[in-house]
Amino acid sequence: MTDRTTSAPTGGRLVLAVVAWLWVLIPFVYGVYSLVLKVPALF
Amino acid sequence: MAGGFFDRSSIVAPPGWSRWLVPPAALAVHLGIGQAYAWSVLKTGLGQGLQLSGTATALPFQLAIVMLGLSAAVFGTQVERRGPRWAMAVATACFAAGFLISAAGIAMGQYWLVIVGYGAVGGIGLGIGYISPVSTLIKWFVDRPGMATGIAIMGFGGGALIASPVETALLSAFGRTPGGLASTFLVLGIAYAIFMSLGWLLIRVPPEGWRPPGAAAESEDPAQRGPAVSVSKAVRLPQFWFLWIVLCFNVTAGIGILERADGIFRDFFGSTTTAQQLAGAAAAFVAILSLANMLGRFVWSSTSDLVGRKNIYRMYLGLGALLYLVILTLGEGNKVIFLIASLLILSFYGAGFATVPAYLKDLFGTYQVGAIHGRLLTAWSAAGVLGPLIVNAIVDASDAEGPARYTTSFIIMTALLAIGFVANELIRPVDPKHYVSDAERAAPEGSAAAEERRQGATR
Repeated sequence: MTDRTTSAPTGGRLVLAVVAWLWVLIPFVYGVYSLVLKVPALF
Repeated sequence: MAGGFFDRSSIVAPPGWSRWLVPPAALAVHLGIGQAYAWSVLKTGLGQGLQLSGTATALPFQLAIVMLGLSAAVFGTQVERRGPRWAMAVATACFAAGFLISAAGIAMGQYWLVIVGYGAVGGIGLGIGYISPVSTLIKWFVDRPGMATGIAIMGFGGGALIASPVETALLSAFGRTPGGLASTFLVLGIAYAIFMSLGWLLIRVPPEGWRPPGAAAESEDPAQRGPAVSVSKAVRLPQFWFLWIVLCFNVTAGIGILERADGIFRDFFGSTTTAQQLAGAAAAFVAILSLANMLGRFVWSSTSDLVGRKNIYRMYLGLGALLYLVILTLGEGNKVIFLIASLLILSFYGAGFATVPAYLKDLFGTYQVGAIHGRLLTAWSAAGVLGPLIVNAIVDASDAEGPARYTTSFIIMTALLAIGFVANELIRPVDPKHYVSDAERAAPEGSAAAEERRQGATR
């Protein structure tokens, strides 16, 4: 069964994987960046 | 029920499907529902715009957290049976509907609709959404379950990081009037409906018998195949209740700092800086705790795949207890020690949530791990009551000033973590006599064979 479902995406699925990860990572990185901006006030 | 778009049978991964497409699906849901931790921004807006008390504006969030635990427990078996697409779609619909009902309630001047909408309807979305990807992730990443659930549950911690600046921007753009608040809730409802939809569109379950590349094939010998315990059996076993105590007290101890982070920082360092600097530093302290809470979910949960679940909880609970004592004895005026200790405690708090599904998988197998996880989350609801009660009641009743105000509550937190440590030590592997039969194991929830078996049992 392992040969039917791969570990790393290929072809069209690679594009889908990139879009899917960007969909969640862009807002996430924006949130982390907004938070990190506040940290210097701690010191 | 076979063949429908939302059925488990419709989302069996086709050949060539990558398991790395599953974490973003899970993250889309968890980053969405993680907005709940940013309720304080909307709470402040509601208080100013609708002239409501702090108690009234806290109600939707409190009800949502209670509903999270209840719906995860009640719908856990249903989620397991119907599959993750159904669960994620229901979670998306409920969570978005909660905002839309609230927007209508604000526009009509009916605040009870905000409580029912965000608290009850949205809270059901929280509970179903929280458990929806867990079982699927564990099955895809059976070789690294801690890392997989760590990614998703880190999303729940990170959801507030996205929601907080977005909500602030929306309130600034629309204004803190009833009309502006209604518009803010409306936009959030639509945005979360779109954002979370990636989850139910993308999620796939592995074909039956699938194993990760490089992993050994599943043994034909039942004794070698590992645990497979049903949810009805699991909740009658001591292992479940010891783990319930572990989760409950680990969460309670984290809430001990999280609940009053701003006040704790001011009491420990109020005498060493100006009022303006103190306000900025306290806000930064709250922010960096969120970061630790979120990162701990991924880092420590992934580490548990290497060192084992029992050992990692020894660290969360044992080191956590010591760190509370360190803050009490060495933290006053010593910012470095105070920060390191409190950041580690919060990282252990988040990690406790993220690692527990993998611990459940180790003890009870993947057979009904999602439903068992749902039942276990009642420990979170209990901690949500216990933690604030201990911290607020004891600190508010204290006549002491500065760090001394926290002596009693921090000692109680240390004791609770010690009890959790003992409970973790008492957890033993489940006796194979409690495993389901081979026929049941071969027909997992949602499969056609399981459906036939269920119908046969009811005939």
